Amino acid sequence: MKKIKITLLGFAAALMLVTGASQAATPKNTFVLAKDIADIITMDPAEVFELTTGEIIANIYDRIMMFEPEDLQNLVGGVAESWEVSEDGKTITFKVRSGLKFHSGNPVRAEDVAWSLQRVVKLNKTPAFIVTQFGWNADNVDSLVKATDNDHLQITITEEFSPGLVLNALSAGIASVVDKKLVMSHEKDGDLGYDWLKSNSAGSGAFSLKTWKANEIVMLQAHKGYRHGAPGMDRVILQHVSEPSSQRLLLEKGDIDMARNLTPDQVKGIEGNSDIAVDGHPKGTIVYMAANAGHPILGKDKVVQAMRHLIDYDSMADSFLAGQFVVHQAFWPAGLWGALETTPYKQDVVTAKALLAEAGHADGFELTIHTLTNSPFPEIAQAVQANLAKGGIKTNIVTLEGKTLWPKYRAREHDIILAHWSPDYVDPHSNADAFANNPDNRFEAKKTGHLTWRNAWSDDASNSLAIKARNELDLDKRKQQYLELQAMLQKKGPFVIMFQQNEQVARRRNLDGFVSGSNFDLVFYRNVTKR
Amino acid sequence: MRASSVLKAAGPGRALPSKLVKASGVIVSLILTFVGLTAVTFTIGRVMPADPVLAIVGDRASQEVYDQVFLQLGLDKPIYVQYLKYLGQLLQGDLGTSIMTAQPVAEDILRFFPATMELATVATLLGVFVGIPMGVLAAVKQGRWPDHVVRVIGLIGYSAPIFWLGMVALLVFYARLDWVAGPGRLDVFYDGIVDPVSGILLLDAALAGEWDIFDNALDHLILPASILGTFALAYIARMTRSFMLDQLGQEYILTARVKGIPEWQVIWRHAFRNVLVQLITIIGLTYASLLEGSVLTETIFSWPGIGLYITKSLFNNDMNAVLGGTIVVGVCFVGINMLSDLLYKLVDPRVR
Amino acid sequence: MTTLTLRGWLLAEVPRSKGQARCQRVFISWLAFKRNPVAVIGLLIIASLVMVALLAPWLTSTEALELNLAKRLQPPGGEHWFGTDELGRDILDRIIWGSRITLYIVGLVSIIVVPIGLVIGVVAGYIGGWVDNFLMRLTDIFLAFPRLILAMALVAALGPGLENAVLAIALTTWSPFARIARAEALTIRNSDFILAARMQGVSTAGILTRHVAPLCMSSVIVRLTLDMAGIILTAAGLGFLGLGAQPPTPEWGAMISLGRQYLIDQWWVPTMPGIAILVVSLGFNLLGDGLRDVFDPKSGGNQ
Repeated sequence: MKKIKITLLGFAAALMLVTGASQAATPKNTFVLAKDIADIITMDPAEVFELTTGEIIANIYDRIMMFEPEDLQNLVGGVAESWEVSEDGKTITFKVRSGLKFHSGNPVRAEDVAWSLQRVVKLNKTPAFIVTQFGWNADNVDSLVKATDNDHLQITITEEFSPGLVLNALSAGIASVVDKKLVMSHEKDGDLGYDWLKSNSAGSGAFSLKTWKANEIVMLQAHKGYRHGAPGMDRVILQHVSEPSSQRLLLEKGDIDMARNLTPDQVKGIEGNSDIAVDGHPKGTIVYMAANAGHPILGKDKVVQAMRHLIDYDSMADSFLAGQFVVHQAFWPAGLWGALETTPYKQDVVTAKALLAEAGHADGFELTIHTLTNSPFPEIAQAVQANLAKGGIKTNIVTLEGKTLWPKYRAREHDIILAHWSPDYVDPHSNADAFANNPDNRFEAKKTGHLTWRNAWSDDASNSLAIKARNELDLDKRKQQYLELQAMLQKKGPFVIMFQQNEQVARRRNLDGFVSGSNFDLVFYRNVTKR
Repeated sequence: MRASSVLKAAGPGRALPSKLVKASGVIVSLILTFVGLTAVTFTIGRVMPADPVLAIVGDRASQEVYDQVFLQLGLDKPIYVQYLKYLGQLLQGDLGTSIMTAQPVAEDILRFFPATMELATVATLLGVFVGIPMGVLAAVKQGRWPDHVVRVIGLIGYSAPIFWLGMVALLVFYARLDWVAGPGRLDVFYDGIVDPVSGILLLDAALAGEWDIFDNALDHLILPASILGTFALAYIARMTRSFMLDQLGQEYILTARVKGIPEWQVIWRHAFRNVLVQLITIIGLTYASLLEGSVLTETIFSWPGIGLYITKSLFNNDMNAVLGGTIVVGVCFVGINMLSDLLYKLVDPRVR
Repeated sequence: MTTLTLRGWLLAEVPRSKGQARCQRVFISWLAFKRNPVAVIGLLIIASLVMVALLAPWLTSTEALELNLAKRLQPPGGEHWFGTDELGRDILDRIIWGSRITLYIVGLVSIIVVPIGLVIGVVAGYIGGWVDNFLMRLTDIFLAFPRLILAMALVAALGPGLENAVLAIALTTWSPFARIARAEALTIRNSDFILAARMQGVSTAGILTRHVAPLCMSSVIVRLTLDMAGIILTAAGLGFLGLGAQPPTPEWGAMISLGRQYLIDQWWVPTMPGIAILVVSLGFNLLGDGLRDVFDPKSGGNQ
């Protein structure tokens, strides 16, 4: 028995040794934010298309055109100091700012800017469509995008596009300016440095990438010679914490400065804590439901219209979504140029039932709702299930991880999808192209980038208006056309648009200056300061 | 069949050649296990509805981009060709590159597996050093209060949902009492200071003489290890009790007691000795199952372990990562099993 | 009077028939079992679980399962004994309905797992040789697989849902049983009584089913009762990953998983189903312990 006691004592002693953790706040020169960063798969701006990396590369690379944290409404030149649009609207000449330096110390030349765009087109990764839609391809891009001298860049588009749209597109992640000399020194087998840039950085932005350990940590280092001056923090650390409750505990203890993924009810829970402030940032992400028009019942406009009337948007937005989602019913997010902000629908079971009866489905029918496994989608799906039941529509819910859900969606194998969407760049065309335009509805055409195609829906009026607005040179007319298009899609089409995200960010009160704009990649760390 | 087994049991005759035969047999069966393991994993990858191409190109990729990557990954080839190609690379020590981390799978495993090993080792030690005495005590005092206490502790450890227990523990010991550090393996600003020699932070920090970091790592480790340890402890204590009861009911124990051998000797020298054999299997199984990584504990404690790595990769159909992870976990498992079999044979005369 | 005579019949020192002997054995076991209060508690818990599951429609009100967003996250009180969840449903009612799902899962998994594990383990351990080698390699492949991963992969391949989750759990749970049964069979196969049986010319199959398998049962039962909680929790883990029971099915594990973000402020949301799991696992474990003490032929002399 003695032996047991000794062993136990030894263990108790070992436990005592480790107790008494130090109450360490984060260092003064370091900004630590907790976030679920499991979506990161690459750091190459020619390939980045995930939410987290979209934000990270926005802080590493300056783009040709940019929104700056000081003014998120107006598009300004980033690396470009000024630009001139030709008479026909097809050629734009940029003057590159002088004296800019990459993190490596290399100067930023017009050649770097041209090469960065050429690289995007030649690598042809997923986001490349943002610029290849202008008519560029691997063969012609060298002549259509070129440096005319040391500080002038000339681009020419061959398709019909509004120059405003082109400038907006050049503020997307693919317009990040990459250090050609540095990247090419790491080139392997003509890969344009693709392999190396996946986990390294070569930009001229406020920060450079120091470490990326997947599912663990991303560390950014300040670029002291940044054109707007040195950033407020020497280091920015994104710590991977997938569990919102853990984020909250870390924040309340002061082990992190900011929690990015708190749920609405957790935000309510920390309201009383005087060390913590919560800021709301309206985001461009919308939550929508889509009905497969290839389905014999869902293909009827009146059925979808009935669904719009059945859903109780307000009670969701006031309860489990409170603070983080607001009711929004058009495809372009509120707060952005050209958005339609009316919300004509609220729950009206009588109208819905009448519509269903007109469509010949007064007795109801049965469907499957596919949605994502992460909160709040299972909750929304259950609420929608209860709402639709009031019209006699019986639904089964199937929750799937994104990577399993998207193949189903892209193959048109769903009845109803409940999902989210955020714009690729800040121009209404980004969403209009997805929600309103369907260039070819045949199954073999595989226009999977268009949500219209995925839902097997095509409409001539909607298609032509989307194209017309895309090409319109006059800004006011263009805006009117988008408003008209959104109103049109509120009444027909496969989409029931429900909510728009409002990101709630909880921070320690001694930290200031975090800026988060309407799009996922409009997040800026450089003005962050600590007291 | 029967004849041969009797023969085998009877004859310790041909010593050397039979050892050689045995060794080669072990190797052959090991190889078979791994071919089976990789084949099953590979097949699973094929029937999974998750799309590896989409994991790379994202949901919005155009069909052209999709097709391009589809061909790059060699997914157009028949599955056995893909499998043979993988085996070929494996033989050259190449586990491929992960889609999710953009790193070679071998490097990923060198980072994630030691994290899990650190956790599993401490948890198992806890289970062994606390669980076995508890189990023995319970068996000796069968039906009396120490027995009941051990049972209740064991049952709670075994019945409580581990992620719930983890959350409560974090809330109490980290947020309220401030005894331990929070989620993660280290405070973030210590990150990258110590060179990852073994990948086991405690060891690396000690080797580098960075005692601050050692202390910090221990602070982070102790809570998740205790949570997992409770689980191991409960299982080991229960099994110990059960095995001990078996032994204490045997006649030789009665004989020993009649002979007047002191009770502690009867318990530890005689009964426990015989229990040890079965316990080794149990401890081995426990350790091996902890090495698989507990996805839920790793999630709650933001612990970058192998369980989470394989799970995430599986959902993205990142098959190189899943295969690599499975093989490593499998190697450990089979290794531990063979070791416990070996010990089994050393300790127990009956199986020899 | 009748009970007395029945009792007398059951406790007669010399049974007159095989049937009486069998009944006597059961009755004596029951008496032993009754003397073990812990085991009786276990039995009561499981019995009440079964009762609750059977009577679910009468114990709950229908509207309590419907969403009521105005009444979400209400603390336990007079109207809702266990409080309401994130969508305003009565947690107690959901737990009551969930008891059916729990029984379904553990029952089905046990029915599939025990025979498979026992047969493979006993055959391998007793016969030995290449049969042992082959069966153990097979077991090793399944054992060496990370368990949750294999279950996840199987469910993902079969499609998410409760039935597929059960099947996947069963396919990943049998291997430890095979190993334990084999370990037991290995120690038993050289025992004197087995040799004696063999001398008497009892066939291999006879020895396996009548002598070896029953002796392995004790370990298997201990392991199975211990695994009950594990099975429930694995199902919960699958539910947590969206692969098990689909919402709004009131599966306890899924309830904890979805409710875990409320632990800090609304503790009852994940805690109530957690307690339900705890109590039921406790019941299974206590019951298993009791059964073991009573039926285990090896430690039987102890009673």
